[in-house]
Amino acid sequence: MAAAQHFSMRGNETIGAGLCAAFGVLFLIIAGLTDHSGYAFHMVVMALACGLGFYAIVNWAARGETRHAPLEINGRPNYNDGPVRFATIAAMFWGIAGFTVGLVIALQLAFPALNFDLPWTNFGRLRPLHTSAVIFAFGGNVLLGTSFYVVQRTCQARLAGVLSPWFVVLGYNLFIVVAGTGYLLGITQGKEYAEPEWYADLFLTVVWVVYLLVFLATIWRRKEPHIYVANWFYLGFIVTIAVLHLGNNATIPVSLTSPKSYILWSGIQDAMFQWWYGHNAVGFFLTAGFLAIMYYFIPKRAERPVYSYRLSIIHFWALIFLYIWAGPHHLHYTALPDWAQTLGMTFSIMLWMPSWGGMINGLMTLSGAWDKLRTDPVLRMMVVSVAFYGMSTFEGPLMSIKAVNSLSHYTDWTIGHVHSGALGWVGYVSFGAIYCLVPWLWKRERLYSNRLVEWHFWISTIGIVFYISAMWVSGIMQGLMWRAYTSLGFLEYSFVETVAAMHPYYVIRAFGGGLFLLGALLMAYNLWMTVRAVAPRAEAVPANLQHVPAE
Amino acid sequence: MAQMYHLLASIAQSVGVLYFMGMFLAVVAYALWPRNRETFDRAASIPLKDE
Amino acid sequence: MTTSPQAQAGKPSLWARHKIFETNSILLILGILIVVSIGGLVEIAPLFYLRSTIEKVEGMRPYTPLELAGRAIYVREGCYNCHSQMIRPLRDEIERYGHFSLAAESMYDKPFQWGSKRTGPDLARVGGKYSDAWQLQHLNAPRSLVPQSIMPGYPFLATTELDVNRIAQEMRVNRMSGVPYTDEMIANAVTDLRAQVDPDHPQADAFQKRYPKAASRDFDGNPQRITEADAMIAYLQMLGTLVDFKQYDNKANLR
Repeated sequence: MAAAQHFSMRGNETIGAGLCAAFGVLFLIIAGLTDHSGYAFHMVVMALACGLGFYAIVNWAARGETRHAPLEINGRPNYNDGPVRFATIAAMFWGIAGFTVGLVIALQLAFPALNFDLPWTNFGRLRPLHTSAVIFAFGGNVLLGTSFYVVQRTCQARLAGVLSPWFVVLGYNLFIVVAGTGYLLGITQGKEYAEPEWYADLFLTVVWVVYLLVFLATIWRRKEPHIYVANWFYLGFIVTIAVLHLGNNATIPVSLTSPKSYILWSGIQDAMFQWWYGHNAVGFFLTAGFLAIMYYFIPKRAERPVYSYRLSIIHFWALIFLYIWAGPHHLHYTALPDWAQTLGMTFSIMLWMPSWGGMINGLMTLSGAWDKLRTDPVLRMMVVSVAFYGMSTFEGPLMSIKAVNSLSHYTDWTIGHVHSGALGWVGYVSFGAIYCLVPWLWKRERLYSNRLVEWHFWISTIGIVFYISAMWVSGIMQGLMWRAYTSLGFLEYSFVETVAAMHPYYVIRAFGGGLFLLGALLMAYNLWMTVRAVAPRAEAVPANLQHVPAE
Repeated sequence: MAQMYHLLASIAQSVGVLYFMGMFLAVVAYALWPRNRETFDRAASIPLKDE
Repeated sequence: MTTSPQAQAGKPSLWARHKIFETNSILLILGILIVVSIGGLVEIAPLFYLRSTIEKVEGMRPYTPLELAGRAIYVREGCYNCHSQMIRPLRDEIERYGHFSLAAESMYDKPFQWGSKRTGPDLARVGGKYSDAWQLQHLNAPRSLVPQSIMPGYPFLATTELDVNRIAQEMRVNRMSGVPYTDEMIANAVTDLRAQVDPDHPQADAFQKRYPKAASRDFDGNPQRITEADAMIAYLQMLGTLVDFKQYDNKANLR
């Protein structure tokens, strides 16, 4: 207790500890009052997190004055990379978890006995676990980690806040745990990609507001007058996701002791809200956020500035202008009024232009340095991701045309389209960024093995090809079988015949997904060995960097 | 219903077009404005600065 | 705040420059907010006013307490991941599933369950297509009836007691956001729920009055208990049955 004599808590630390204590007690009370076991479990988990938070803050304050890291050391910014390192590890962990669940549900579709007929292992509960784990847990941690890294480097300033960046990454991952275990326990709102219930949503709102403030306050510290375009994309992502989240999760809880809530909107209005949200989760979470990664990591890795900075500005505004309108293409031929469907289709087709503008900008950054693709597998991964971005943003507008959509909607073609974007674009650009980040963050000379990156690249590329071609064939076949007529004018196939016809493609898809997972496991091993076995970077680490908080 | 459609269509064909064209031209002008060239060239090299 | 070399060299004070930077990033955020709200508003707001999207069609009524509980189980088990509830006005769909879905038919659906994927068939009009016994057996072990089916089995529904504790409160919350449950419906929620699984229930007539044409019988073939299978089958059997399309005037709803 030697430190106790210097013990003094600052205002924000007192508030943080106080909030932790108050909410911890509140959660425990709710846990005691509710008769819903899953909800009680969540309340205990959140109370535990509050307890840990309280302990961490008090412990932190007990370190006295040494706890305050300087903003600059020898005139150079003293970057705060602890939260970035945490988010990077979390991204890798959730990525593998999410890919594994994806493989499991792919196998369940091929071999239904694997559902085991238990509540918490059936496809209906596992599928949201897969989508949330890969989009929000893997993708979300990649975005948190890279945004905190990029905003510091491009602003030449230390991340704003001391406790708040940690609150953002830890709080976000707590949200993931609550959301994911909730699905298994049957706690869900039943809205695709927005399944978490009201209390998880409220908590995420708090985390998100703090995230925005940390990001903004770091931008305010910058020395360069211009805000680098990657930060525009990050800001667009953060702000829009906040708006979408609030709109699509406007629910009334049944009571404080029930995990269930009912949404304010009903029927058709709810459908439009949902796909306004759903499509822009793709547009702003899976596109804008990852384009920010493209605009920082590809120039950095290729060691040349982006092909056209002017194009990147037009890209940004055109993208966010058009994307927000495209949602209704998820509701073609439904009870949604025709004018809304047509509007959605028109904007989706126009969206092709900024998407390809962005792709060209990313690819052409390599001009004059194409030889690097041969020697640097990490850069190659990112460039291929941009190519996949171009492919899926061509396919998307195509599928939004009503005539095409009447065939593709409700079929596996959609699943194939999503995965060419998710595995090829989001997956690869994230892998590329993480391969860059780990040696930078842990101050290693290089990756443990470039050959393993090569293996990762080829194994997962073959996996993606198996996956999306199986889904194209099965999707188009399914769509055609549904509408096939005999010469006498009767429907040719019963529904279950079309299900049975899918079996071989479901097996191939699972095989492709398995290859993709295998690649990710190689990656995790490679990163682990990079941190463990590769020599530290030669440049001297200034002694006073030790002030950086320990992980 | 038909009235509503005509109303929306006329808005889309007047205010809507102006809104999108205006916004697009403003963004393009901002991006291509000669005085901004230097700023953007410097901005483009931000990621390449040594840490 | 750190002092940078420029500030010391007598250039505009750091404070003044910071102010502009901060304004710029706020402007950027404002720009993003305006841009993204306009698209959303134009597409969403009219849906609250257009006649075709808020009209009431003859026959639509709120879910009975048992159906509402069944719907909650449908949502909980994630049925929407594989089954749509939205028949498109395409020839093959109308022949396979029935009349195309109307906006009014999901007017009390919170959340909507139109779905996005048909790994299994559309369920918008599955009500009455199969017997209760078929539904129960199919939920318990789908492949015992449809050998090529890839649906998971849900045998636990028939063995799990239905939780009726909060049903009145759930109806109250639905009413807060527009579902026209009356005070009487809410006060009698649990009674109505029991009456629907028991045609000999003393309140069976009162229940029928509150929810016209609601099916009332023991859905899971087990009169001793009210199980989750009772609620689930009651919900499945009413899907798409409320609007009588012999009476429906499709000219009145041109969209």
